[in-house]
Amino acid sequence: MHRFANPARFQRLGRSLLPWTSAIAAVAIAAGLTLGLFASPADYQQGETVRIMYVHVPSAWMAMFVYTTMAVASATALVWKHPVAELVAEAAAPIGAAFTFICLVTGALWGQPMWGTWWVWDARLTSVLVLFFLYLGYIALAHAFDDPSRGAKAASILALVGWVNVPIVKFSVDWWNTLHQPASITRFDAPAIDTAMLVPLLAMAVGFTALFASLLILRVEAAIAARRIRALRLLETRG
Amino acid sequence: MKAFTALLLRDVQLAFRQGADAAMAVLFSVMVVMLFPFGVGPEPEILAGIAAGLVWVAALLASMLSLDRLFQADYEDGTLDALFMGPLPLFAVALAKVLAHWIATSVPLIVATPLLAILLNMPASGFPSLVLSMALGTPTISLIGGIGAALTLGARRAGVLVALLVLPLVIPVLIFGAAAVEASLTGLSPRPHLLLLGALLLAALPLTPWAMAAALRQALA
Repeated sequence: MHRFANPARFQRLGRSLLPWTSAIAAVAIAAGLTLGLFASPADYQQGETVRIMYVHVPSAWMAMFVYTTMAVASATALVWKHPVAELVAEAAAPIGAAFTFICLVTGALWGQPMWGTWWVWDARLTSVLVLFFLYLGYIALAHAFDDPSRGAKAASILALVGWVNVPIVKFSVDWWNTLHQPASITRFDAPAIDTAMLVPLLAMAVGFTALFASLLILRVEAAIAARRIRALRLLETRG
Repeated sequence: MKAFTALLLRDVQLAFRQGADAAMAVLFSVMVVMLFPFGVGPEPEILAGIAAGLVWVAALLASMLSLDRLFQADYEDGTLDALFMGPLPLFAVALAKVLAHWIATSVPLIVATPLLAILLNMPASGFPSLVLSMALGTPTISLIGGIGAALTLGARRAGVLVALLVLPLVIPVLIFGAAAVEASLTGLSPRPHLLLLGALLLAALPLTPWAMAAALRQALA
């Protein structure tokens, strides 16, 4: 873990990974969209609307995955005083918030024709909305201090506290019997979904994860550069 | 233990001598509740239907009102630094201050809730579980709120920020608190909801002072 505490080493690693993650993201998302929109069958109940799933479900997975990434990075930053982990957590937050927002919007667009309503206060929807507010709270707290390292530390603690919501999002459909359908992919037995739909869905999931990795590398690099500029400016004014 | 009680008594005394905190929380909730008959119309049936949730939301907003002051005054005048150096561990300091906040703002509010319920035309059968659910739920709100207050020490616009951080996390308390009252109004047992509120409190009691201490430590460092 400490090998990557050196920003220069992290940057070298990031630069060598970036072409690969961007290529995987482009290919997987293109393949997933083509298969999902043209090759896969329409659902026997939901018709063509089912295709919203290929964006909705992977972004829901990413919403939880990114917050968990932030929690792990924050724990690393707090325990080992790891400077790059702090930047990783902070850089991941807006990306995660965007995925959560996409998930909420596509869900509403699907809910209108299927359930006859844009929004219901069921457990899954409410807990995802809470997750969105946790992202916003994290971003606001990280930028609320004059000293950026102070904000990063406070936000790290909040990320760990807020993580309690992620298992609630995951299991809300099992704990409460509400409008949202239960999990059909991540089950202990075989997934309850046809291969023709499962393949584009998984391709989109891989693509979104690679997209997240690429954006994260770019944002962390920018954050390292911004810290460097800040340090240089401070030196200049003191000099 | 002696240091803990001393700190608790000091904070409670400060709150009651200034007199503003406790009175403000109750007055604020009365005013929030009073606004609703103007907003949704004064029909007694409608008000009785939403009374349980309304009283709970009013209590939640009232405790948000004073939360950002929880550590702020002691942080500004240096008392918090002295407490940090003192014999009491930081999580005990945090717990004492949160307990004092609860006694000063939530206990008067719990006493006043039957009055608010009468104003909203709630049937008397709901009163016991309303008071009981408030007694079990408001300490959890103060404990979770304490984390928000500790995290925003020295932040810009701390008051708004505390609400943004804390309100998403206290939604479960609101859900089970209002559900307990709803259950006893419809003739069901409020017991499962009250037990869940108790479980939330028992989980928050050891865990949140820990997070508050971590937040205070990085604010004081």
